[in-house]
Amino acid sequence: MSKPHVPVRPGLFEETASGVVHLLGSRCTACDRYLFPRGELCPYCSSTEVEPVMLSDVGELWGWTVVHTAPPGYEGPVPFGFGVVELPEGLRVITRLELPDTTFDVGVPMRLQVAELHDTEDDETVVTYTFAPT
Amino acid sequence: MTDVRISGVGLHPFGRFPDRTVTDLGVTAVRAALSEAGDPSFDAAFCGTAYAGVAAGHKVLSAIGRTGGPIIDIEAGCASGAAALMLAAGAIDAGQYDTVLVFGIEKMPKGIIRSSFFEPWREEAGLAATPAYFALRAQRLQRETGVTKEQLARVVVKNRRHGVQNPDAMFQSETTVEAVLGSRVVCEPLHLFMLCSPNEGAAAVVLQRGAGPGAVRLDAAVLRSHLPGSVLGEATPMSGVDDTNITPPTTLAAQDAFVRAGVTPTDLDVVECQDTDAARELLAYEELGLCEPGEQGRLIDTAATTLGGPLPVNPSGGLLSKGEPLGASALGQVVELTRQLRGAAGPRQVDGARVALAHTIGRGANASVTILSR
Repeated sequence: MSKPHVPVRPGLFEETASGVVHLLGSRCTACDRYLFPRGELCPYCSSTEVEPVMLSDVGELWGWTVVHTAPPGYEGPVPFGFGVVELPEGLRVITRLELPDTTFDVGVPMRLQVAELHDTEDDETVVTYTFAPT
Repeated sequence: MTDVRISGVGLHPFGRFPDRTVTDLGVTAVRAALSEAGDPSFDAAFCGTAYAGVAAGHKVLSAIGRTGGPIIDIEAGCASGAAALMLAAGAIDAGQYDTVLVFGIEKMPKGIIRSSFFEPWREEAGLAATPAYFALRAQRLQRETGVTKEQLARVVVKNRRHGVQNPDAMFQSETTVEAVLGSRVVCEPLHLFMLCSPNEGAAAVVLQRGAGPGAVRLDAAVLRSHLPGSVLGEATPMSGVDDTNITPPTTLAAQDAFVRAGVTPTDLDVVECQDTDAARELLAYEELGLCEPGEQGRLIDTAATTLGGPLPVNPSGGLLSKGEPLGASALGQVVELTRQLRGAAGPRQVDGARVALAHTIGRGANASVTILSR
Protein backbone atom coordinates (compact mmCIF):
# COMPACT_ATOMS: atom_id res chain seq x y z
CA MET A 1 0.00 0.00 0.00
CA SER A 2 1.64 3.22 -1.12
CA LYS A 3 1.65 6.22 1.15
CA PRO A 4 -0.50 9.28 0.44
CA HIS A 5 1.08 11.73 -1.99
CA VAL A 6 1.71 15.41 -1.22
CA PRO A 7 2.91 17.71 -4.02
CA VAL A 8 6.32 19.37 -3.63
CA ARG A 9 4.44 22.65 -3.97
CA PRO A 10 0.65 23.10 -3.98
CA GLY A 11 -0.77 24.41 -7.24
CA LEU A 12 1.88 22.97 -9.58
CA PHE A 13 -0.02 19.92 -10.78
CA GLU A 14 -3.09 17.80 -10.09
CA GLU A 15 -3.16 14.05 -9.74
CA THR A 16 -6.60 12.52 -10.25
CA ALA A 17 -7.80 9.37 -8.52
CA SER A 18 -7.38 7.46 -11.80
CA GLY A 19 -3.71 8.47 -11.89
CA VAL A 20 -3.87 11.08 -14.68
CA VAL A 21 -1.62 14.07 -13.99
CA HIS A 22 -1.99 17.60 -15.36
CA LEU A 23 0.22 20.65 -14.96
CA LEU A 24 -1.66 23.71 -13.74
CA GLY A 25 -0.84 26.69 -15.95
CA SER A 26 -2.35 29.91 -17.19
CA ARG A 27 -3.26 31.44 -20.53
CA CYS A 28 -2.94 35.14 -21.26
CA THR A 29 -6.09 36.20 -23.09
CA ALA A 30 -4.35 39.39 -24.29
CA CYS A 31 -1.43 37.78 -26.17
CA ASP A 32 -2.63 34.16 -26.25
CA ARG A 33 0.52 32.76 -24.66
CA TYR A 34 0.61 30.04 -22.01
CA LEU A 35 2.66 29.98 -18.83
CA PHE A 36 3.68 27.51 -16.16
CA PRO A 37 3.64 27.56 -13.16
CA ARG A 38 0.33 29.35 -12.82
CA GLY A 39 0.57 33.12 -12.44
CA GLU A 40 -1.66 36.16 -12.30
CA LEU A 41 0.44 38.36 -14.60
CA CYS A 42 1.59 37.58 -18.12
CA PRO A 43 5.42 37.46 -18.19
CA TYR A 44 5.35 38.36 -21.91
CA CYS A 45 2.96 41.34 -22.10
CA SER A 46 2.29 42.06 -18.36
CA SER A 47 -1.45 41.81 -18.93
CA THR A 48 -3.57 40.91 -15.90
CA GLU A 49 -6.06 39.16 -18.20
CA VAL A 50 -4.67 35.75 -17.35
CA GLU A 51 -6.96 32.74 -16.88
CA PRO A 52 -6.15 29.45 -15.15
CA VAL A 53 -5.93 26.43 -17.47
CA MET A 54 -5.10 22.76 -17.17
CA LEU A 55 -2.21 22.04 -19.55
CA SER A 56 -1.93 18.98 -21.79
CA ASP A 57 -0.60 15.83 -20.15
CA VAL A 58 1.32 14.88 -23.30
CA GLY A 59 4.09 16.60 -25.22
CA GLU A 60 7.22 16.05 -27.30
CA LEU A 61 10.77 15.68 -26.00
CA TRP A 62 12.96 18.70 -26.86
CA GLY A 63 16.08 18.11 -24.77
CA TRP A 64 17.32 15.67 -22.13
CA THR A 65 20.24 14.89 -19.84
CA VAL A 66 20.95 12.90 -16.67
CA VAL A 67 21.70 14.37 -13.23
CA HIS A 68 24.14 11.99 -11.49
CA THR A 69 24.94 13.96 -8.33
CA ALA A 70 22.24 15.29 -5.98
CA PRO A 71 21.91 19.03 -6.62
CA PRO A 72 21.67 21.46 -3.67
CA GLY A 73 18.60 20.93 -1.46
CA TYR A 74 17.60 17.64 -3.13
CA GLU A 75 17.07 14.50 -1.03
CA GLY A 76 15.60 12.15 -3.64
CA PRO A 77 17.20 9.33 -5.61
CA VAL A 78 19.96 9.81 -8.22
CA PRO A 79 20.53 9.49 -11.09
CA PHE A 80 17.43 11.07 -12.59
CA GLY A 81 16.45 12.44 -15.98
CA PHE A 82 16.15 16.16 -16.63
CA GLY A 83 15.08 18.01 -19.72
CA VAL A 84 12.56 20.04 -21.69
CA VAL A 85 9.20 18.86 -23.06
CA GLU A 86 7.23 20.93 -25.56
CA LEU A 87 3.47 20.89 -24.96
CA PRO A 88 0.90 21.25 -27.76
CA GLU A 89 0.12 24.71 -26.32
CA GLY A 90 3.55 25.81 -27.61
CA LEU A 91 5.04 25.90 -24.13
CA ARG A 92 8.43 24.34 -23.37
CA VAL A 93 8.56 23.05 -19.80
CA ILE A 94 11.71 22.40 -17.76
CA THR A 95 11.05 19.09 -16.07
CA ARG A 96 12.35 15.93 -14.53
CA LEU A 97 12.28 12.97 -16.90
CA GLU A 98 12.34 9.24 -16.52
CA LEU A 99 15.94 8.08 -16.85
CA PRO A 100 16.89 8.60 -20.53
CA ASP A 101 17.78 5.58 -22.65
CA THR A 102 18.62 5.08 -26.34
CA THR A 103 14.98 5.58 -27.36
CA PHE A 104 15.16 9.24 -26.30
CA ASP A 105 15.22 11.60 -29.27
CA VAL A 106 13.87 15.00 -30.20
CA GLY A 107 10.13 14.69 -30.88
CA VAL A 108 9.56 11.48 -28.93
CA PRO A 109 6.04 11.61 -27.41
CA MET A 110 6.07 11.97 -23.62
CA ARG A 111 3.35 11.72 -20.97
CA LEU A 112 3.15 13.41 -17.58
CA GLN A 113 3.49 11.32 -14.41
CA VAL A 114 4.40 11.89 -10.78
CA ALA A 115 7.81 11.04 -9.36
CA GLU A 116 8.31 10.16 -5.69
CA LEU A 117 10.97 12.32 -4.01
CA HIS A 118 11.10 11.37 -0.33
CA ASP A 119 8.88 10.47 2.66
CA THR A 120 7.82 12.92 5.37
CA GLU A 121 7.65 12.39 9.13
CA ASP A 122 3.85 12.16 8.74
CA ASP A 123 4.25 9.04 6.61
CA GLU A 124 3.38 10.77 3.37
CA THR A 125 5.40 10.76 0.16
CA VAL A 126 6.43 14.07 -1.42
CA VAL A 127 5.97 13.91 -5.20
CA THR A 128 6.77 16.13 -8.16
CA TYR A 129 5.94 16.02 -11.87
CA THR A 130 7.97 14.12 -14.44
CA PHE A 131 7.60 13.01 -18.06
CA ALA A 132 8.09 9.50 -19.44
CA PRO A 133 7.88 8.14 -23.00
CA THR A 134 4.29 7.15 -23.86
CA MET B 1 31.70 58.49 -24.20
CA THR B 2 34.22 60.61 -22.27
CA ASP B 3 37.69 59.07 -22.42
CA VAL B 4 37.97 56.67 -19.51
CA ARG B 5 41.31 55.00 -18.91
CA ILE B 6 42.36 52.04 -16.83
CA SER B 7 45.23 53.35 -14.72
CA GLY B 8 45.76 50.31 -12.53
CA VAL B 9 44.78 46.65 -12.26
CA GLY B 10 45.28 44.08 -9.53
CA LEU B 11 44.43 40.47 -8.87
CA HIS B 12 44.34 37.94 -6.08
CA PRO B 13 44.97 34.54 -7.72
CA PHE B 14 41.88 32.40 -8.32
CA GLY B 15 41.85 29.10 -6.41
CA ARG B 16 41.24 27.75 -2.90
CA PHE B 17 42.54 29.71 0.10
CA PRO B 18 41.10 28.19 3.29
CA ASP B 19 43.14 30.47 5.56
CA ARG B 20 42.12 33.74 3.90
CA THR B 21 38.81 35.60 4.24
CA VAL B 22 37.01 37.15 1.30
CA THR B 23 38.08 40.52 2.73
CA ASP B 24 41.74 39.40 2.63
CA LEU B 25 41.37 38.47 -1.04
CA GLY B 26 39.85 41.86 -1.84
CA VAL B 27 42.57 43.75 0.02
CA THR B 28 45.28 42.06 -2.05
CA ALA B 29 43.64 42.93 -5.37
CA VAL B 30 42.68 46.50 -4.38
CA ARG B 31 46.13 47.37 -3.01
CA ALA B 32 47.78 46.06 -6.17
CA ALA B 33 45.49 48.08 -8.44
CA LEU B 34 45.82 51.29 -6.43
CA SER B 35 49.59 50.90 -6.26
CA GLU B 36 49.84 50.43 -10.03
CA ALA B 37 47.72 53.57 -10.55
CA GLY B 38 50.08 55.63 -8.36
CA ASP B 39 47.89 55.40 -5.26
CA PRO B 40 45.33 58.02 -6.29
CA SER B 41 42.47 59.17 -4.10
CA PHE B 42 39.17 57.87 -5.49
CA ASP B 43 35.71 59.42 -5.47
CA ALA B 44 33.71 56.20 -5.16
CA ALA B 45 34.09 52.43 -5.05
CA PHE B 46 31.89 49.78 -6.67
CA CYS B 47 32.29 46.17 -5.50
CA GLY B 48 30.89 43.22 -7.44
CA THR B 49 29.96 40.17 -5.38
CA ALA B 50 27.16 37.62 -5.20
CA TYR B 51 28.01 35.65 -2.05
CA ALA B 52 30.16 37.88 0.18
CA GLY B 53 27.24 39.30 2.18
CA VAL B 54 26.30 42.68 3.61
CA ALA B 55 28.68 45.60 3.06
CA ALA B 56 31.42 43.31 1.77
CA GLY B 57 33.07 46.13 -0.17
CA HIS B 58 33.13 48.32 2.94
CA LYS B 59 35.01 45.62 4.82
CA VAL B 60 37.75 45.56 2.19
CA LEU B 61 38.21 49.33 2.20
CA SER B 62 37.92 49.49 6.01
CA ALA B 63 40.86 47.11 6.24
CA ILE B 64 43.08 49.56 4.37
CA GLY B 65 41.68 52.80 5.81
CA ARG B 66 40.18 54.00 2.52
CA THR B 67 36.54 54.51 3.52
CA GLY B 68 34.62 57.79 3.57
CA GLY B 69 33.40 57.95 -0.02
CA PRO B 70 30.44 56.03 -1.38
CA ILE B 71 30.99 52.24 -1.46
CA ILE B 72 28.35 50.26 -3.31
CA ASP B 73 28.09 46.47 -3.61
CA ILE B 74 26.63 45.21 -6.87
CA GLU B 75 25.18 41.80 -7.69
CA ALA B 76 24.53 40.68 -11.27
CA GLY B 77 25.42 36.97 -11.09
CA CYS B 78 28.56 36.07 -13.06
CA ALA B 79 28.49 39.59 -14.53
CA SER B 80 28.65 41.34 -11.12
CA GLY B 81 32.12 42.77 -11.71
CA ALA B 82 31.18 43.95 -15.20
CA ALA B 83 28.05 45.61 -13.81
CA ALA B 84 30.25 47.47 -11.32
CA LEU B 85 32.52 48.54 -14.19
CA MET B 86 29.56 49.77 -16.24
CA LEU B 87 28.25 51.91 -13.37
CA ALA B 88 31.70 53.34 -12.62
CA ALA B 89 32.34 54.24 -16.26
CA GLY B 90 28.86 55.74 -16.54
CA ALA B 91 29.45 57.92 -13.48
CA ILE B 92 32.72 59.22 -14.93
CA ASP B 93 31.05 59.81 -18.29
CA ALA B 94 28.24 61.74 -16.58
CA GLY B 95 30.75 63.98 -14.81
CA GLN B 96 29.87 62.69 -11.35
CA TYR B 97 33.34 61.27 -10.54
CA ASP B 98 36.89 61.54 -11.89
CA THR B 99 38.41 58.43 -10.34
CA VAL B 100 36.57 55.26 -9.34
CA LEU B 101 37.83 52.05 -7.77
CA VAL B 102 36.08 48.95 -9.12
CA PHE B 103 36.67 45.54 -7.60
CA GLY B 104 35.12 42.10 -7.36
CA ILE B 105 35.48 39.54 -4.58
CA GLU B 106 34.20 36.01 -3.96
CA LYS B 107 34.69 32.88 -1.90
CA MET B 108 32.48 30.10 -3.30
CA PRO B 109 31.77 26.73 -1.68
CA LYS B 110 32.87 23.62 -3.61
CA GLY B 111 30.54 21.73 -5.92
CA ILE B 112 27.29 22.70 -7.62
CA ILE B 113 26.55 26.32 -6.75
CA ARG B 114 23.66 26.72 -4.31
CA SER B 115 21.71 29.76 -5.42
CA SER B 116 18.88 31.63 -3.69
CA PHE B 117 17.67 32.17 -7.28
CA PHE B 118 15.88 28.82 -6.99
CA GLU B 119 12.80 28.65 -4.77
CA PRO B 120 12.93 25.87 -2.12
CA TRP B 121 10.46 23.63 -3.98
CA ARG B 122 12.69 23.66 -7.09
CA GLU B 123 15.63 22.52 -4.97
CA GLU B 124 13.48 19.81 -3.36
CA ALA B 125 12.34 18.59 -6.80
CA GLY B 126 15.96 18.37 -8.04
CA LEU B 127 15.52 21.25 -10.49
CA ALA B 128 18.30 23.43 -8.98
CA ALA B 129 20.83 21.44 -11.01
CA THR B 130 22.72 24.26 -12.72
CA PRO B 131 25.05 22.00 -14.77
CA ALA B 132 21.97 20.24 -16.19
CA TYR B 133 20.79 23.51 -17.77
CA PHE B 134 24.27 23.97 -19.25
CA ALA B 135 24.08 20.39 -20.54
CA LEU B 136 20.72 20.94 -22.23
CA ARG B 137 22.07 24.05 -23.93
CA ALA B 138 25.16 22.12 -25.01
CA GLN B 139 22.98 19.35 -26.43
CA ARG B 140 20.97 21.90 -28.47
CA LEU B 141 24.21 23.47 -29.72
CA GLN B 142 25.41 20.06 -30.87
CA ARG B 143 22.12 19.41 -32.60
CA GLU B 144 21.94 22.81 -34.28
CA THR B 145 25.58 23.09 -35.40
CA GLY B 146 27.00 19.56 -35.51
CA VAL B 147 29.57 20.40 -32.82
CA THR B 148 30.98 17.11 -31.51
CA LYS B 149 32.00 16.03 -28.03
CA GLU B 150 35.60 15.94 -29.25
CA GLN B 151 35.30 19.61 -30.21
CA LEU B 152 33.91 20.41 -26.76
CA ALA B 153 36.92 18.60 -25.31
CA ARG B 154 39.25 20.61 -27.57
CA VAL B 155 37.94 23.85 -26.04
CA VAL B 156 39.08 22.54 -22.66
CA VAL B 157 42.45 21.43 -24.03
CA LYS B 158 43.00 24.88 -25.57
CA ASN B 159 42.12 26.83 -22.44
CA ARG B 160 44.06 24.55 -20.12
CA ARG B 161 47.10 24.90 -22.39
CA HIS B 162 46.78 28.69 -22.12
CA GLY B 163 46.37 28.39 -18.34
CA VAL B 164 49.76 26.71 -17.99
CA GLN B 165 51.28 30.16 -18.59
CA ASN B 166 49.05 31.92 -16.02
CA PRO B 167 50.46 31.88 -12.47
CA ASP B 168 47.12 33.23 -11.17
CA ALA B 169 45.08 30.26 -12.51
CA MET B 170 43.77 27.41 -10.34
CA PHE B 171 44.80 24.75 -12.87
CA GLN B 172 48.20 25.28 -14.49
CA SER B 173 48.51 21.91 -16.19
CA GLU B 174 47.69 20.72 -19.68
CA THR B 175 45.08 18.09 -20.41
CA THR B 176 44.17 15.96 -23.43
CA VAL B 177 40.99 15.19 -25.37
CA GLU B 178 41.21 11.63 -24.00
CA ALA B 179 41.51 12.84 -20.40
CA VAL B 180 38.60 15.26 -20.80
CA LEU B 181 36.35 12.57 -22.29
CA GLY B 182 37.63 10.13 -19.65
CA SER B 183 36.64 12.40 -16.75
CA ARG B 184 33.32 11.50 -15.15
CA VAL B 185 30.06 12.54 -16.81
CA VAL B 186 28.39 15.29 -14.76
CA CYS B 187 25.39 15.76 -17.09
CA GLU B 188 25.56 14.27 -20.58
CA PRO B 189 27.22 15.62 -22.79
CA LEU B 190 29.27 17.54 -20.22
CA HIS B 191 32.15 15.80 -18.43
CA LEU B 192 33.77 17.12 -15.26
CA PHE B 193 36.74 18.74 -17.04
CA MET B 194 34.32 20.61 -19.35
CA LEU B 195 32.87 22.56 -16.40
CA CYS B 196 34.63 25.36 -14.53
CA SER B 197 35.09 25.09 -10.77
CA PRO B 198 33.43 27.68 -8.55
CA ASN B 199 36.27 29.01 -6.37
CA GLU B 200 37.80 32.05 -4.65
CA GLY B 201 39.56 35.17 -5.82
CA ALA B 202 39.47 38.93 -6.31
CA ALA B 203 40.21 41.46 -9.04
CA ALA B 204 40.41 45.26 -9.07
CA VAL B 205 40.56 48.06 -11.63
CA VAL B 206 41.12 51.82 -11.21
CA LEU B 207 39.18 53.93 -13.72
CA GLN B 208 40.14 57.55 -14.35
CA ARG B 209 38.81 60.34 -16.52
CA GLY B 210 40.94 61.17 -19.55
CA ALA B 211 43.34 59.06 -21.54
CA GLY B 212 46.79 60.03 -22.72
CA PRO B 213 48.85 58.36 -25.44
CA GLY B 214 49.41 54.69 -24.78
CA ALA B 215 46.77 54.45 -22.06
CA VAL B 216 44.41 51.49 -22.04
CA ARG B 217 40.98 52.94 -22.74
CA LEU B 218 37.60 51.59 -21.69
CA ASP B 219 35.56 52.10 -24.86
CA ALA B 220 32.37 50.30 -23.84
CA ALA B 221 31.02 48.58 -20.73
CA VAL B 222 27.57 47.17 -21.42
CA LEU B 223 25.21 45.02 -19.37
CA ARG B 224 21.99 43.57 -20.81
CA SER B 225 19.39 41.16 -19.48
CA HIS B 226 17.34 38.47 -21.20
CA LEU B 227 14.26 39.03 -23.31
CA PRO B 228 11.18 37.09 -22.17
CA GLY B 229 10.63 33.55 -23.36
CA SER B 230 13.90 31.68 -23.81
CA VAL B 231 13.63 28.43 -21.90
CA LEU B 232 17.37 27.71 -21.87
CA GLY B 233 18.68 31.19 -21.15
CA GLU B 234 20.45 31.61 -17.83
CA ALA B 235 17.23 33.13 -16.52
CA THR B 236 16.31 29.43 -16.05
CA PRO B 237 12.54 29.90 -16.02
CA MET B 238 10.28 26.86 -15.56
CA SER B 239 8.80 27.29 -18.99
CA GLY B 240 9.04 29.41 -22.10
CA VAL B 241 7.80 29.76 -25.62
CA ASP B 242 9.50 28.78 -28.87
CA ASP B 243 12.75 30.72 -28.57
CA THR B 244 13.93 30.51 -32.17
CA ASN B 245 13.63 34.25 -32.71
CA ILE B 246 14.61 35.51 -29.26
CA THR B 247 17.94 37.35 -29.38
CA PRO B 248 20.18 36.10 -26.53
CA PRO B 249 21.40 38.69 -23.99
CA THR B 250 25.04 38.23 -25.04
CA THR B 251 24.16 39.37 -28.56
CA LEU B 252 22.18 42.33 -27.21
CA ALA B 253 25.18 43.40 -25.13
CA ALA B 254 27.66 42.82 -27.96
CA GLN B 255 25.65 44.85 -30.45
CA ASP B 256 25.43 47.78 -28.01
CA ALA B 257 29.12 47.56 -27.15
CA PHE B 258 30.33 47.46 -30.75
CA VAL B 259 28.28 50.57 -31.55
CA ARG B 260 29.56 52.44 -28.50
CA ALA B 261 33.17 51.50 -29.14
CA GLY B 262 32.91 52.13 -32.88
CA VAL B 263 34.46 48.78 -33.76
CA THR B 264 33.30 45.51 -35.32
CA PRO B 265 34.17 41.90 -34.48
CA THR B 266 36.83 41.93 -37.23
CA ASP B 267 38.71 44.67 -35.35
CA LEU B 268 39.25 42.45 -32.30
CA ASP B 269 42.72 41.15 -31.49
CA VAL B 270 41.97 39.20 -28.31
CA VAL B 271 38.86 38.01 -26.44
CA GLU B 272 38.15 36.73 -22.94
CA CYS B 273 34.74 35.03 -22.89
CA GLN B 274 32.57 33.13 -20.46
CA ASP B 275 33.58 29.47 -20.51
CA THR B 276 31.61 28.23 -17.51
CA ASP B 277 31.43 25.12 -19.64
CA ALA B 278 33.06 24.20 -22.93
CA ALA B 279 29.87 24.64 -24.94
CA ARG B 280 29.31 28.09 -23.45
CA GLU B 281 32.54 29.32 -25.09
CA LEU B 282 31.38 28.03 -28.48
CA LEU B 283 27.97 29.66 -28.02
CA ALA B 284 29.73 32.94 -27.25
CA TYR B 285 31.66 32.79 -30.57
CA GLU B 286 28.35 32.89 -32.41
CA GLU B 287 26.49 35.24 -30.07
CA LEU B 288 29.34 37.78 -30.05
CA GLY B 289 29.59 37.70 -33.84
CA LEU B 290 33.07 36.16 -33.91
CA CYS B 291 31.80 33.62 -36.44
CA GLU B 292 28.73 32.79 -38.48
CA PRO B 293 26.17 30.51 -36.76
CA GLY B 294 27.37 26.94 -36.89
CA GLU B 295 31.01 27.80 -37.70
CA GLN B 296 32.37 27.46 -34.17
CA GLY B 297 33.50 23.87 -34.58
CA ARG B 298 35.73 24.94 -37.45
CA LEU B 299 37.29 27.70 -35.33
CA ILE B 300 38.30 25.13 -32.73
CA ASP B 301 39.52 22.58 -35.31
CA THR B 302 41.72 25.14 -37.06
CA ALA B 303 43.11 26.53 -33.77
CA ALA B 304 41.84 29.97 -34.86
CA THR B 305 41.16 30.89 -31.22
CA THR B 306 44.36 29.38 -29.79
CA LEU B 307 47.27 31.66 -28.84
CA GLY B 308 49.12 32.24 -32.10
CA GLY B 309 45.91 32.02 -34.13
CA PRO B 310 44.09 34.95 -35.78
CA LEU B 311 41.82 35.66 -32.76
CA PRO B 312 43.00 34.14 -29.47
CA VAL B 313 40.13 33.52 -27.03
CA ASN B 314 40.80 33.13 -23.33
CA PRO B 315 44.60 33.53 -23.34
CA SER B 316 44.34 33.65 -19.52
CA GLY B 317 43.20 30.03 -19.60
CA GLY B 318 39.57 31.06 -19.15
CA LEU B 319 37.39 29.97 -16.28
CA LEU B 320 38.17 26.36 -17.21
CA SER B 321 41.73 27.00 -15.96
CA LYS B 322 41.16 29.80 -13.47
CA GLY B 323 37.92 28.61 -11.85
CA GLU B 324 35.12 31.07 -11.22
CA PRO B 325 34.83 33.39 -8.22
CA LEU B 326 31.52 34.95 -9.35
CA GLY B 327 31.98 38.57 -8.32
CA ALA B 328 35.62 38.66 -9.43
CA SER B 329 35.51 36.75 -12.70
CA ALA B 330 34.43 39.55 -15.08
CA LEU B 331 37.04 41.95 -13.68
CA GLY B 332 39.61 39.17 -13.85
CA GLN B 333 39.05 39.24 -17.62
CA VAL B 334 39.56 43.02 -17.66
CA VAL B 335 42.81 42.64 -15.72
CA GLU B 336 44.02 40.08 -18.26
CA LEU B 337 43.05 42.19 -21.27
CA THR B 338 44.62 45.34 -19.79
CA ARG B 339 47.89 43.44 -19.44
CA GLN B 340 47.51 42.12 -22.99
CA LEU B 341 46.98 45.66 -24.36
CA ARG B 342 49.99 46.91 -22.42
CA GLY B 343 52.08 44.13 -23.93
CA ALA B 344 52.73 42.89 -20.40
CA ALA B 345 51.15 39.42 -20.53
CA GLY B 346 54.46 37.57 -20.62
CA PRO B 347 54.49 34.13 -22.27
CA ARG B 348 50.77 34.33 -23.09
CA GLN B 349 51.04 37.72 -24.84
CA VAL B 350 48.94 38.22 -27.99
CA ASP B 351 51.37 40.05 -30.27
CA GLY B 352 50.36 43.61 -31.08
CA ALA B 353 46.97 43.47 -29.38
CA ARG B 354 45.16 46.81 -29.73
CA VAL B 355 41.43 46.02 -29.36
CA ALA B 356 40.10 43.55 -26.79
CA LEU B 357 36.69 42.26 -25.74
CA ALA B 358 35.55 40.68 -22.47
CA HIS B 359 32.25 38.80 -22.11
CA THR B 360 30.27 37.22 -19.29
CA ILE B 361 26.84 35.65 -19.09
CA GLY B 362 25.30 34.54 -15.86
CA ARG B 363 22.34 34.16 -13.62
CA GLY B 364 19.60 36.71 -14.00
CA ALA B 365 20.17 36.44 -16.92
CA ASN B 366 22.88 39.10 -17.07
CA ALA B 367 25.24 39.42 -20.02
CA SER B 368 28.11 41.87 -20.15
CA VAL B 369 30.40 42.92 -22.97
CA THR B 370 33.38 45.20 -22.28
CA ILE B 371 35.61 46.61 -25.03
CA LEU B 372 39.09 47.97 -24.32
CA SER B 373 41.71 49.47 -26.64
CA ARG B 374 45.02 51.30 -26.65
